[in-house]
Amino acid sequence: MTAHAATHGMTGGEHAQGAVGVHTQKLGMWVFLVSEVMFFTALIGSYIILRWGTNAEWPEPRTVLAIPITAANTFILICSSVSMVKAYAAAVRDDQPGLKKWLLLTVLGGATFVSVQAFEYHHLVEKGFLPSSGLFGASFYTMTGFHGFHVTCGVLSMIWVTIRAFRGKYAGGRFHGIETIGLYWHFVDLVWIILFTIVYLI
Amino acid sequence: MEATEHKAPNYIAVWAALAVLTVVEVAVVYLHLPRRLMVISLVFLALWKAMLVALYFMHLRFEPKRLLYVVLAPLPLAVILVVGVMHGFRGP
Repeated sequence: MTAHAATHGMTGGEHAQGAVGVHTQKLGMWVFLVSEVMFFTALIGSYIILRWGTNAEWPEPRTVLAIPITAANTFILICSSVSMVKAYAAAVRDDQPGLKKWLLLTVLGGATFVSVQAFEYHHLVEKGFLPSSGLFGASFYTMTGFHGFHVTCGVLSMIWVTIRAFRGKYAGGRFHGIETIGLYWHFVDLVWIILFTIVYLI
Repeated sequence: MEATEHKAPNYIAVWAALAVLTVVEVAVVYLHLPRRLMVISLVFLALWKAMLVALYFMHLRFEPKRLLYVVLAPLPLAVILVVGVMHGFRGP
């Protein structure tokens, strides 16, 4: 039964096939993520244009921001993506204790990321680096702020999904909900990989 | 159970690759390479990591081609948006 569900999960599922041959729930999340790509393109594109398309004065990011702490935070977010796929794999083989364990770890990873970011903001504001501190300050807080908002939404949704998992809502091969929230979670991770490089490292 | 095992990618290997690439990225920043080389390496490393996440964690590698087209559709639009705004910003 689980093998059957898993085989079909990769190509569409036993119910609700979308127009492109994937589960409608998954297709819906992908269409949303496609719109998110354009949203973050607007932010990242503005940053690129403001920094390299103008003569505006721009500080070396690493002289303002703490690279080692943020690199560690990046690693935490990557780890939470791994725990998310582990949760998905557990849901596919109907391993309920595994699903709960990995979901809890994912919530923990996401919450840690947001906390470290809040700590970073606090530290930067104390140092006098504000959203009003020139173009770099404005774009830094806009980009990382919108990303942090996405992670926060992800953590809140993940808490909801975890509660549902504890109530057994994903038992018996009903893993599509886990797959859908997972796609969102990995997308947020993917955006951070790009943001970390563009805003902190370059 | 066996049927699912051979289909699932080795997530721990992907995780290890992402961790190593992150360390390499930070090392590149502190190596004091020529600026242009540093920027090219960092962009390349970031895209590599993003691809790993999309292909393995988001299972794009195992999805039907049609979903792949849906996902790739905004990328040319993203490039057009940035190039267009850049052009408009600099003026004719």
